[in-house]
Amino acid sequence: MKTVASFALPSRVLHWVMAVMILAMLLIGVSMASTVGADYDRLVALHRPLGSAILVLAILRLGNRLHTPPPPLPRDLPPVMKLGAHASHVLLYALMIALPLVGWGMLSAGAYPIPLLGQSVLLPPILPHDPMLWAWLRWTHTVLAFLLFGVVLAHIAAALFHGLIRRDGVLRSMLWREKP
Amino acid sequence: MKTNAHATLASILRWLGVVALPAVLMLSFLWAGGWLTPSRLTQAAMLDALQKGGGMQSGFRRNHAKGICVTGWFDGNGNASILSTATVLQKARVPVIGRFALAGGLPYQADAPGKVRSMALRLSPSDGQEWRMGINDIPVFPVGTPQEFHDLQLAARPDPTTGKPDPARMRAFLTGHPWLQPAMVQIGQRTVSSGFGDDTYYSLDSFLLVAEGGTKTAIRWAMVPVQPAVPDGSHANDHDYLFHQIIDDIHAHPLQWRLMVTLASKDDAIDNPSKEWSQDDRQIDAGTLTLTGIESEENGACTGITFDPLVLPKGIMPSADPILPARSAVYMRSFYLRSGEHPTAPAISHEMTIPSANAKDKKS
Ligand code: HEM
Ligand code: HEM
Repeated sequence: MKTVASFALPSRVLHWVMAVMILAMLLIGVSMASTVGADYDRLVALHRPLGSAILVLAILRLGNRLHTPPPPLPRDLPPVMKLGAHASHVLLYALMIALPLVGWGMLSAGAYPIPLLGQSVLLPPILPHDPMLWAWLRWTHTVLAFLLFGVVLAHIAAALFHGLIRRDGVLRSMLWREKP
Repeated sequence: MKTNAHATLASILRWLGVVALPAVLMLSFLWAGGWLTPSRLTQAAMLDALQKGGGMQSGFRRNHAKGICVTGWFDGNGNASILSTATVLQKARVPVIGRFALAGGLPYQADAPGKVRSMALRLSPSDGQEWRMGINDIPVFPVGTPQEFHDLQLAARPDPTTGKPDPARMRAFLTGHPWLQPAMVQIGQRTVSSGFGDDTYYSLDSFLLVAEGGTKTAIRWAMVPVQPAVPDGSHANDHDYLFHQIIDDIHAHPLQWRLMVTLASKDDAIDNPSKEWSQDDRQIDAGTLTLTGIESEENGACTGITFDPLVLPKGIMPSADPILPARSAVYMRSFYLRSGEHPTAPAISHEMTIPSANAKDKKS
């Protein structure tokens, strides 16, 4: 068994908490955007604060990533795979930050109030009221969300490829710490 | 040989392991998004039904397409403040952006006495606790659920040969929905006022007022005109007579409505806007709306927003009425689509809303 150092504990906790949140948000998002049922406003009322929490966590996580670099990939990993890994990780960080910002921005441009918890806490608008911009950002929110889902699927498949096919310790490095 | 087969099997299982989780997630995603359940009632299906039933014009609202923007203010009088903490219901004045419109998706349709008229309002107190409403001049809503709304639109769609709804199809809808009969009769027998200015507009949907201690009170409300209601009389053969009249009225003097809040009694249906409430219900006069400005949709402030009935202030909550979430979802989709399209000039142009010497002559 080849060994790869593990991610630090804070990195692992952030990774798994956010993995669950992001998958939940993707499912909540597509289900609310395709229903006029009684759940619609409940799902939207959950989507806004959960999405905002992802934005906060993603920024913390980017700081953590720059502060605590991840363990290196196995030396024998083919360069294309290394490139793919790095590119997809950059894309994941970019989308985790851009998607909630677009959600917040589009509701601002559409002049919607943005309540978070019940009706007490309102997020301030981050863009001026502009209906054309609202339409454009609402479209962008869908496109980026679908892109994020695609990258997440590829990411999961790649992790399982490391864990089950290559068995090179990369999957384990995000799961638990190797006993020395 | 045996070990070889073993290794192949193990390898297949490992690859299956790699593919299984992404495949399960993909299926969940497709299921959540309704792609595996074509019968689910979606925003797109509702807009499609509206387009078939009432027409559609790119760049305009998918319903209530012919309209005009108004501005003014609302003076809360505090009478409802024991029942709700909403800032708009306290004793204070808040600015209002509003819109009068005719129901239906065609922005160039001709005005006619029998067509459903609407008032939409956005009350914006300085603390950001907005109240938006879209209210109609019919006593009850023709349907009680989004599915019934969808099916009624399809039943009412014009026959391509006659341009009118097919009576057989309408009859089939009514016999299939006998419980909607009373609502249809009430709507058909309502008294029609002369115009937008002397009309009464009803929330139809029910909401909950939330008091300081958390007590909830189910309500409906109406905007009742302060100016006397004149029965519909003769009017010139004018394609836009209702709009000409409201423009002239507001230029002549402010128009006012009282916000009359009706409190539900024991037997009133909270979750069904097609059911009438008791005539004996307690009512509260909660404040006065004053409209002083009127502008075309070309440059008015009402065009770039949607009057989503679930944009509610703290102190007012949605009831379990299933029409409400459907409206919120569909208004957002309509607002999204129309905002990305390029509208043609609205029927009621900017020129028509300018107070002209001509308009003043007519009144004197
Ligand atoms: C990582 C965070 C987020 C993810 C993964 C996400 C995902 C999604 C998805 C998948 C959809 C459905 C798109 C479609 O099918 O057209 C959606 C719609 C939406 N999202 Fe987000 N979103 C996020 C953050 C936010 C935030 C922060 C807000 C607002 C503050 C927001 C507001 C909305 C709204 C209003 C809709 C449209 C609902 C409708 O069409 O009725 N989202 N989102
Ligand atoms: C499921 C039932 C309903 C559907 C699908 C529906 C659909 C729509 C749509 C698509 C719009 C255009 C929104 C926009 O682009 O901004 C609209 C406008 C409007 N609706 Fe409904 N509606 C429903 C029920 C009701 C009810 C119950 C009322 C009255 C109590 C109502 C009153 C209005 C009014 C007043 C407007 C015009 C708002 C304005 O002037 O901008 N609607 N409706």
